[in-house]
Amino acid sequence: MPKEIELDKLRYGTELLKRGFAKMQKGGVIMDVTNAEQAGIAEDAGAVAVMALEKVPADIRSQGGVARMADPKKIQEIMDAVTIPVMAKCRIGHFVEAQALEALGVDMIDESEVLTPADPFYHIDKRKFKVPFVCGCRNLGEAVRRIWEGAAMIRTKGEAGTGNVVEAVRHMRIVMGSIEHLSRLGDDELYILAEEYTQSYAKSAQQILGREIDGNTPVFGEYLYDDIKEEIFGILKEIRQIKRLPVVNFAAGGIATPADAALMMQLGSDGVFVGSGIFKSSDPEKRARAIVEAVAHFDEPEVIAEVSKDIGEAMPGLEIKSLEVKLQERGW
Amino acid sequence: MVRIGVISVQGDVSEHLISAKRAMEDFGIVGEVVAVRRLRDIEGVDALIIPGGESTTISRIMKREGLMDRIRELHEERDIPIMGTCAGCIILAKEARDGEVDGLKLMDMRVRRNAFGRQRESFETSVEVEGFDSPFHAVFIRAPIIEAIWGRCRAIAKLNDRIVGAVDGRKIALTFHPELTSDYRFHRMFLEMI
Repeated sequence: MPKEIELDKLRYGTELLKRGFAKMQKGGVIMDVTNAEQAGIAEDAGAVAVMALEKVPADIRSQGGVARMADPKKIQEIMDAVTIPVMAKCRIGHFVEAQALEALGVDMIDESEVLTPADPFYHIDKRKFKVPFVCGCRNLGEAVRRIWEGAAMIRTKGEAGTGNVVEAVRHMRIVMGSIEHLSRLGDDELYILAEEYTQSYAKSAQQILGREIDGNTPVFGEYLYDDIKEEIFGILKEIRQIKRLPVVNFAAGGIATPADAALMMQLGSDGVFVGSGIFKSSDPEKRARAIVEAVAHFDEPEVIAEVSKDIGEAMPGLEIKSLEVKLQERGW
Repeated sequence: MVRIGVISVQGDVSEHLISAKRAMEDFGIVGEVVAVRRLRDIEGVDALIIPGGESTTISRIMKREGLMDRIRELHEERDIPIMGTCAGCIILAKEARDGEVDGLKLMDMRVRRNAFGRQRESFETSVEVEGFDSPFHAVFIRAPIIEAIWGRCRAIAKLNDRIVGAVDGRKIALTFHPELTSDYRFHRMFLEMI
């Protein structure tokens, strides 16, 4: 006979729920939107989620100045307009913006380099939140640190607002290549790598404390250097074993065409974010649909060819060398 | 030789591929688990799983692929067993409240999407399941509920007074995600329907 169980014992905001939410996004396209109408277009096109913004990255880039969390009223409008999940961005290290977004009820927070960083030393301690986070990375070290800090999803940084996919490809290849490399490392070498990846926290703590740190120094919130190193070693061992990141890994930053999206999928992405690429193009509705199709059929060239026909002008692209500000260099 | 197909257009497909495979091994069933992305992948499948994900996205792609029509035919011809989790549950329902999803309409039930709220209202808990001798640890992510059932559809799992699991002939609908844990009792129930 079944035992009496307490049905009201519900657990919220666990690691399993955060990572589980991210897994439900796999094979999907997450689109940047700036109002309810765009959110509706994204949902109708088959987006799995939308990113609610005040300005798309291309406009943030061209207008300059300090980019902050969007107006919560704007985010709320978008949340009210669609039934798919709504994500929003906070600045790197700005845990109060993150608290506000959590209070608002967004489904995932992007601690994003597209906004101006708020903390020169630390990213947010994402384990303290019940809402899941996604974070950008350029390499495996950044990915592992964000995962250790509690990110439930990782994405490439790419170079947002450029319509140029080259940096997203660079970051995905570097992450995938490093994962491949782990399989050839023994525990000793892996431990050295864990130590290397933990240095970033040590460096920040040294600057703040103005002294050398040791294994027992708290270097990120209350967490001690040695403990972080051991836990990062644990994450690396897991990656070596499962041959992928232990969280969902998306592509972002510069994806502008259906073929770009399919390229990132063929390189091993679990899904894609499209920022300025849709609503800075000449026919957002068609392009949004085409990119969704291209992600669903990323390894079928006939489909990519078909959906790429007659979808209007892509957003104007930018050469990376010509950029005054590289957003990907924010965060560490 | 049993062949299980997992609808693989979007969502937590790899979790389903892995858990179906493990469940078959655990129960000593010889067979394979295949990803169904295109119409041609579905031929020769003995049973189907529809994963969690975004029901709006999954149903749109399934429809465009012609998978909806083909699955309805397989239901008519052979009454193939289908298990749907979360989004899959919505796609199996005759009626889905809030219109966006045009699904398979194979189970006599009405579901409500995002019935508990947004991600912050997602939760884990134990649920009692008809025929299981201990509670099942269930993971609910922006989960739907089954608001009403009729005909031969019956509730098999409840959370307080809310229906979170139902069986209609050889179709199983769960509003949570057994593929995210390693308890394969629902998979056993599903495999026994073949």
